[in-house]
Amino acid sequence: MNSQTNQSMSLANPEGTNLSIKQKTAITFGVLGLFIFLLAIFNTNLPNKALFLISSLGLITLGTILYSNNAYLTKPKGIKNDGVFFKSISSRGTLGWITGIILTSFYIVLYFIPQYLGLASNGLPNTGLIALFDPLSKLLSGNPASQWFVYGTLYTLAILVFGYKFMLKYRHNRYEQLRTASVMFFQLGFAFLIPEFMSRLNQSPNYNLPYYDLKSMWPLNYYLFDSWSINGLLSSGSLGLLMLVFGVISIFVVSPILTYKYGKRWYCSWVCGCGALAETAGDSFRQLSSKKLSAWKLERWLIHTVLVFSVIMTTAMIYTYLGKDSSKFWLTQSTFLTSVGVFLTLVFALVMLFKRKELGKDARYGAYGYFIVIAALFIMHYTGTTDEIFLIKASSLRSAYGLYIGSIFSGVIGTGFYPILGNRVWCRFGCPMAAILGFQQRLFSKFRITTNGGQCISCGNCSTYCEMGIDVRAYAQKGENIVRSSCVGCGVCSAVCPRGVLKLENGTLEGRINSNDILLGNDINLIDLIKR
Amino acid sequence: MEHIVIIGNGIAGVTAARHIRKLSNKPISIISSETDYFFSRTALMYVYMGHMKFEHTQPYENWFWEKNNLALVNGFVKTIDTNTKTLYFKDGQSLSYDKLIIATGSKPNKYGWPGQDLKGVMGMYHKQDLEQLETYAPNNLVCKRAVIVGGGLIGIELAEMLNSRNIPVTFLVRESSFWNGVLPNAESEMINRHIKNHHIDLRLSSNLKEIISDKNGQVKSIIIEETGEEIPCNVVGLTAGVSPNINFIKSSNIETNKGVLVNKYLETNIPDVYAIGDCAEQRKAIGLRRPVEAVWYTGRMMGETLAQTICGHKTPYNPGHWFNSAKFFDIEYQTYGWVFAKPKENHAHFHWKHKDDTKCITIEYHTISNEFIGINNFGIRMRHEVFNTWLNEKRTMDYVINHLSDANFDPEFYKHYEQDILKAYSNQLQIQTIS
Ligand SMILES: Cc1cc2nc3c(=O)[nH]c(=O)nc-3n(C[C@H](O)[C@H](O)[C@H](O)COP(=O)(O)OP(=O)(O)OC[C@H]3O[C@@H](n4cnc5c(N)ncnc54)[C@H](O)[C@@H]3O)c2cc1C
Ligand code: SF4
Ligand code: SF4
Repeated sequence: MNSQTNQSMSLANPEGTNLSIKQKTAITFGVLGLFIFLLAIFNTNLPNKALFLISSLGLITLGTILYSNNAYLTKPKGIKNDGVFFKSISSRGTLGWITGIILTSFYIVLYFIPQYLGLASNGLPNTGLIALFDPLSKLLSGNPASQWFVYGTLYTLAILVFGYKFMLKYRHNRYEQLRTASVMFFQLGFAFLIPEFMSRLNQSPNYNLPYYDLKSMWPLNYYLFDSWSINGLLSSGSLGLLMLVFGVISIFVVSPILTYKYGKRWYCSWVCGCGALAETAGDSFRQLSSKKLSAWKLERWLIHTVLVFSVIMTTAMIYTYLGKDSSKFWLTQSTFLTSVGVFLTLVFALVMLFKRKELGKDARYGAYGYFIVIAALFIMHYTGTTDEIFLIKASSLRSAYGLYIGSIFSGVIGTGFYPILGNRVWCRFGCPMAAILGFQQRLFSKFRITTNGGQCISCGNCSTYCEMGIDVRAYAQKGENIVRSSCVGCGVCSAVCPRGVLKLENGTLEGRINSNDILLGNDINLIDLIKR
Repeated sequence: MEHIVIIGNGIAGVTAARHIRKLSNKPISIISSETDYFFSRTALMYVYMGHMKFEHTQPYENWFWEKNNLALVNGFVKTIDTNTKTLYFKDGQSLSYDKLIIATGSKPNKYGWPGQDLKGVMGMYHKQDLEQLETYAPNNLVCKRAVIVGGGLIGIELAEMLNSRNIPVTFLVRESSFWNGVLPNAESEMINRHIKNHHIDLRLSSNLKEIISDKNGQVKSIIIEETGEEIPCNVVGLTAGVSPNINFIKSSNIETNKGVLVNKYLETNIPDVYAIGDCAEQRKAIGLRRPVEAVWYTGRMMGETLAQTICGHKTPYNPGHWFNSAKFFDIEYQTYGWVFAKPKENHAHFHWKHKDDTKCITIEYHTISNEFIGINNFGIRMRHEVFNTWLNEKRTMDYVINHLSDANFDPEFYKHYEQDILKAYSNQLQIQTIS
């Protein structure tokens, strides 16, 4: 019965969505910029690499800026979602699939066969695409480029140019503009420039700093506690030590305070690099996230499993790093392990004691389950049932995590599948950092999305454009605040709501989670009757 | 157990069904000839504009109905026999009920214009209308111009829809300014300008005389009553209001006027037959409300109330303070309490408008007691709960103006205008005392 409309809707090319001449020109610039990359990949001998690099990056930037100006500045301020589900790129059409396949292949090559990009082996000079980036890398850090430098540059560029586009798209909305400016700043400064300067410091024999993006916290930054990373930091004087201390403090002090005050959005939508890419380059795909209840169930299991995996992996890594002799260093293997055990038990006990009622049944079972698994591993270790901590060698745990979670999940699937599964696949299903922040957001935070009394008309714009797949409407149409661990506070649901129903707010903990059977606007006695 | 049958799967019928299910496990059947599953009529425009797919307009996943034991029946009810408590369908089937809820909604008004049934002439109410529009106005090659007749909330939505596909629109509005039967002049004029800024050919004080056919029975042009001007077009949208969709009930014993007549318990003249939503007409108007209220919220509130009655807590329909909202292209509009196009006796309007011409508020208040009566806000979001409390507490105009920031609901970091508004208000008071 629906098929007729759906068909004509997907086949018709509504004229309104065609590109203007200026937009076509802009796209041509961008494609030319990418074409230079292609030439480089096929090892075309480009005479002046610096010049070609500048032109390709410049053309891409120029193209995106011209396109955005024409698309948004020629129209009055407001929501710009016309034709989203008609455009091939944003509705899983052919273009969407092609883009997905290109991105996925790029990630596979990047992670597993970087020599295809021209990465040199045993001291030879780089070739191909990576060589094209040598001039920039030498300028910043003094070293030739690596595949990670190429990736980092493109990643940052994408956030900057698409961030510009996003800011124009939401030029009526200061919340969106400010948080986009914020992620652009953190990406450029913290993730891109500072690490390059750190590696310049390393040219002095006093420094041996590992790549360290200061804003990227454990467990997102899962290699922070790898031995090469810790050794590097510890052998880099007080600066290195300071960085390590900063890393630990940000996890245990800064993050809980900020999350308590503002919700996880302070990180996921204002600071984080993965979030930054999702919100800028990924913005055209936010409507593709699944809103099904089944997707929500999958999400909860998957993301918490990744978290447990990362906790076990990190514990094992630090454990192996530490010694047994307390006279050499105060933190020994057994003190460390005991404190981890005590800490986890404490968190578990406190939640079960005070917040039990706020957890759903399956969340409680899940928590019990994970707790038992971790407890069993500890017991097995202490009783000597197994030599290896947690059954498997720490290094194998670490490399499995790096491969399956760090590369395949966060990169290949997380970003490569943007045009198919939406822009926050990693943030929603995989990120252990999001799991921790979300856990806190759900239980100990002032943040919520308030719904405006009885004003919701159940139109569904909010749910459609929620990149985290939250069925916002399900709450709004019941007049219930949205307090969900996965909400990254992007604010788009509030922006697209045509009736002004949603507002991201930090308020008191009391009454944060409300539930109304009868909405505001109806008989007050009836509302009371239902409450009783 | 008694079988509850609901005709109409719109917001009114579905809310009633959901609440009855919460309170009981009576068998419930929901009938509709429009769609299998409940969808949000208010979101139809977004499907045509490509913001959403049709499935996104459905607030519940398809498994919801079976899981909650709500039987869905796809069929058109032709007659109701209240003596035998039986419904007869167009396809010959029948269904018996113990309690019947009529929630059949509205249909677009057609005032007998010549040519109103031509191909390419349509209302904008049902999903089928959307399909029609998709056929006759898929893009601006097939539809070179569309004419919209009737300047209400649905008319302006249709204008925005067509505009999103770059189809030129001529918008005939009977009144001298857009929706000025409801909006005070200054607001209505601001919306006029906003409509024109979106390149809509807005024709005020213009009525439709007739629609002219081409040789295939499809619309070719329309003629304007006042000027006799002929405007060539391929689509005509009739959006001159809606009226209760109750033709099939007229032959039954259920008493009707404009809509199905109900008392404050939402009961019709026949026992065990109730009516809610757009199709219900109150025998006695509630407060200043109209006897037929064709808005989303009232349908929902009637559904919430009737479910109580059906499940044994007889409850009168007693809506609280009036509120509503809409969006005119890029300008959001909300209202709380009453603001009339012209202030009522002993009432006055305070009006403030931002210089960018997209934000304004109007407050109606009592000139003697200074009591706050209601607010219209454009381009600034306000909190329902706060205004509801202020109305309950019968706050004064001075209090409201001085506490407006408590009611602000705009996203964080938005610019605030309370100081501006307060200044404008003080200036106005000074002028009044001087003169
Ligand atoms: C484009 C548009 C935008 C709107 N926007 C807003 C808004 O922003 N805010 C607002 O407050 N209101 C808005 N409204 C009004 C609002 O949608 C209606 O008030 C509301 O949907 C009415 O709900 P209802 O349940 O009474 O009836 P309906 O939603 O009309 O449902 C009645 C159902 O019953 C079916 N039916 C009728 N007769 C029979 C029969 N004999 N047999 C079987 N089935 C039958 C109909 O096909 C229909 O599916 C809008 C309406 C439209 C058309
Ligand atoms: S609920 Fe709203 S703010 Fe939260 S992630 Fe979804 S769209 Fe963003
Ligand atoms: S909250 Fe807003 S966007 Fe979401 S369904 Fe309600 S009216 Fe629509």
